[in-house]
Amino acid sequence: MSELVRPLSIYVHVPFCASRCGYCDFNTYTATELGDSVSRATFHKVLASEVTIATRVLGPREVSTVFFGGGTPTLIGANALGEILASIREGFTLAPDAEITTEANPDSVDESALETLRASGFTRISFGMQSSASHVLQVLDRTHTAGRSLAMARAARAAGFDHVNLDLIYATPGESDDDLRRTLDDVIEADVDHVSAYSLIVEEGTPLARRIGRGELPMPDDDIAASRYEIIDDALAAAGLNWYEVSNWSRPSGECRHNIAYWRSDDWWGIGPGAHSHVAGVRWWNTKHPRTYADALASGATPEAGREVLTDDDKRVERVMLALRMREGLASSEVLDEGWCRRTVDAGLIDAAALADGYVVLTRDGRLLADRLVRELIE
Amino acid sequence: MRIHVPVEQPGATDPSVIRNFSIIAHIDHGKSTLADRMLQQTGIVDPRQMRAQYLDRMDIERERGITIKSQAVRLPYVGLDGVDYVLNMIDTPGHVDFTYEVSRSLAACEGAVLVVDAAQGIEAQTLANLYLALENDLAVIPVLNKIDLPAAQPDKYAAEISRIIGCDPDEVLRISAKTGLGVPDLLERIVRDIPPPIGDPNAPARALIFDSVYDTYRGVVTYVRVVDGRIATRDKVRMMATGEVHELLEVGVISPDPVPSKGIGVGEVGYLITGVKDVRQSRVGDTITLSQHGATEALGGYRDPMPMVFSGLYPIDGSDYPELRDSLDKLKLNDAALVYEPETSLALGFGFRCGFLGLLHMEIVRERLEREANLDLISTAPNVIYRVLGDDGVEIVVTNPSEFPTQKISKIFEPIVRATVILPSEFVGTVMELCQQRRGTMQGMDYLSEERVELRYQLPLAEIVFDFFDHLKSRTRGYASLDYELQGEQEADLVKVDILLHGEPVDAFSAIVHRDKAMAYGVLMTAKLKELIPRQQFEVPIQAAIGARVITRETIRAIRKDVLAKCYGGDISRKRKLLEKQKEGKKRMKMVGRVEVPQEAFIAALSTGDPAKK
Repeated sequence: MSELVRPLSIYVHVPFCASRCGYCDFNTYTATELGDSVSRATFHKVLASEVTIATRVLGPREVSTVFFGGGTPTLIGANALGEILASIREGFTLAPDAEITTEANPDSVDESALETLRASGFTRISFGMQSSASHVLQVLDRTHTAGRSLAMARAARAAGFDHVNLDLIYATPGESDDDLRRTLDDVIEADVDHVSAYSLIVEEGTPLARRIGRGELPMPDDDIAASRYEIIDDALAAAGLNWYEVSNWSRPSGECRHNIAYWRSDDWWGIGPGAHSHVAGVRWWNTKHPRTYADALASGATPEAGREVLTDDDKRVERVMLALRMREGLASSEVLDEGWCRRTVDAGLIDAAALADGYVVLTRDGRLLADRLVRELIE
Repeated sequence: MRIHVPVEQPGATDPSVIRNFSIIAHIDHGKSTLADRMLQQTGIVDPRQMRAQYLDRMDIERERGITIKSQAVRLPYVGLDGVDYVLNMIDTPGHVDFTYEVSRSLAACEGAVLVVDAAQGIEAQTLANLYLALENDLAVIPVLNKIDLPAAQPDKYAAEISRIIGCDPDEVLRISAKTGLGVPDLLERIVRDIPPPIGDPNAPARALIFDSVYDTYRGVVTYVRVVDGRIATRDKVRMMATGEVHELLEVGVISPDPVPSKGIGVGEVGYLITGVKDVRQSRVGDTITLSQHGATEALGGYRDPMPMVFSGLYPIDGSDYPELRDSLDKLKLNDAALVYEPETSLALGFGFRCGFLGLLHMEIVRERLEREANLDLISTAPNVIYRVLGDDGVEIVVTNPSEFPTQKISKIFEPIVRATVILPSEFVGTVMELCQQRRGTMQGMDYLSEERVELRYQLPLAEIVFDFFDHLKSRTRGYASLDYELQGEQEADLVKVDILLHGEPVDAFSAIVHRDKAMAYGVLMTAKLKELIPRQQFEVPIQAAIGARVITRETIRAIRKDVLAKCYGGDISRKRKLLEKQKEGKKRMKMVGRVEVPQEAFIAALSTGDPAKK
């Protein structure tokens, strides 16, 4: 019985992109990289076949959120996404108020695609806008213009999406404070209800890391990133978009419920190559390459590549690490060291009022040092 | 082929057929190859068993091409005059820092073979050892080796040698130890030019210890040259400097493997085993006599080994400390000059303060510890021994910056050396400049030939133990050679510079430097640490100070951002594992006051200041 009431989320990974951005180390592949080994046109059927496995394993559970990410989900077309969603609807029960999101590249959708998505049940869309400054988009290898992102965000509102997110990347080499302020003005102007903003991470092995290694670009500076974070937080808060996780801001009720499910360690199943899952204290992950993934499913095997059963210690570490990133915070009963709380309040890193109410909630300075505080708490 | 000739029995050899000699040569100039060739040509080593560089037993010696410990080989040789001779070849350590050992080996000889690479000419250390041989009135046979090399310039270097030792260029033998060319001539010259030993067979026994080596199976093997009388197996002997009495369990000669004999007499060279386990009980330079009716006067020239350079040695992994201790204890059995005592460092944990004869000795010890015990070590910057006089007249000997007195100082004395540099004349200007920077005083300059110069400087030992040799090499494109010998002490204006992290001194970085160089040291270290120490939640000043006076300062700004932007589904496990790893790393963090410093940062700060490998 409890299985039925525990919320379940489903993530669907579409591992394709039109081109690879220099900073990206996600599990995604361009047509050239894939060659003949995988057909994009029929890949949604492969994904749907994993949905069938999930149905068999989990039974008839109610699904409260679905999130299509990638890669670029919209690259396989709105209809294909609709078909996968239909298979989820078929195998599980979609909650009446289910949140159904897809990520989209501003270049890979148009008004009619947006309408198709709405019609197949999508309630939320997230565009990778990154910046309004064309020179920043160029450093990031983004092919779209800033105007296109904003236009598509407006079009999504018009098509009936109540929830629209714009993803931003800040502290990119070459970005100025003013570039960022202009970007924020545009985002606020577009009247979205959600913004995710990430400082640029230089991942090992990416073309960006190599360019920095060769000295062609400077390494993003952490102090600059910290100041930019404050600019973002100020501007969005003034516009009525409040932080609810370190890198996420929303209007009231505009929070992404799917992501909150991750941060609360709810149950979620990841469909697709390289996708991770977490159900009842077990984490597992699928084989990464679309070809081996498809082959496994075709032979009737699970595409799982590895798994771990979380110990109580692991669970606590995850709880601390995830809850501290969120506005709702960590129950102060989880923190046994009262001295730590006092010192950290004094250092201006946790909110004194929230602590009095029994929760450790980070201040803005604290959010910028969240990893350090987590390390202190798990020692 | 004859592989063994009749040997005059040890203990019954007429001194008139004995020739005792050393080979003086620079690293790589072919001493070991020549020794091998002599073993082969006199027939005591089967050519099939010939192993390259037969006499250098230790791997480390073979690899570095240098001989740390000497040995003595007895070679039977039938001269062209038909006489059966006994040649005792006494191998000498080929490097600065072991000058005393060299002097003892030379004191056991009547002659020396000076070997110089015909493509390179004489080097500073060879020159120093040559002077030592000349001072000891040894007969010197000059030899140019490697004349088969295309780059050989035998005429040029024969002229150079003849100028130095005052002989005719034609007297300089030209050989190739590699091919054996000229080696028979050399053997004849040894017999002809080197005088036989002279001693009184009826006087109380006196034998000079010129080497002492620890052997795992036999205990200490002591190499001696009998001057007067005779020593035999079962004799009870007394070491005249230490007063220790031992029974001789075995006496013999090396030919080229140990051959026990009943005894050895006047002029002979051999080994003896007493069962002692520590070379300190059988010291180089000491005189052995019989415990009953022994000699009353020692042979002279004995000196206790005196460590002059000190450095902290620490295991990079703290759990290796017991192994480091055991390895030092073991090494000490074979190294009378090595001293050490436990030391604790805030930055580096538990380790040992070690004293060495000099820079090379330090490197050899460290390398042997790392190699033989498989230890990863970090050493603090080396310092020399100082004598500090307080205002109150109290004298303190400082071997560690931490012992530097805080009260008023009236005088400080530092050791000085007489350094000899041999270099191509085109580099004289730049080397003089280097010596000047190192507080050197020029004492002389001689042209060995048109292109080669011998420069003599008096320098503070402290100025050459750090990175002098590396600078010398890089300024002369590797062509300079250096030798130094201690020459007393001088008064100097020295101060202790402390490095403070958030107000706390970090012991491993304190240094005693000349007042004029304190600022440069402070700037260097504070800048280095600023680069290496991660930012903290608060601002951290790094200061260099002399006493309470801060001379320079850097600041590590407080960290503002330490958070990963993204943490979604697949990131969670990865991030948790990263945290676990960081938690492990944190265990290796050292706390300096409130400042967390990864040990690697300290190690990196010390390593970059380490004298680079030669």
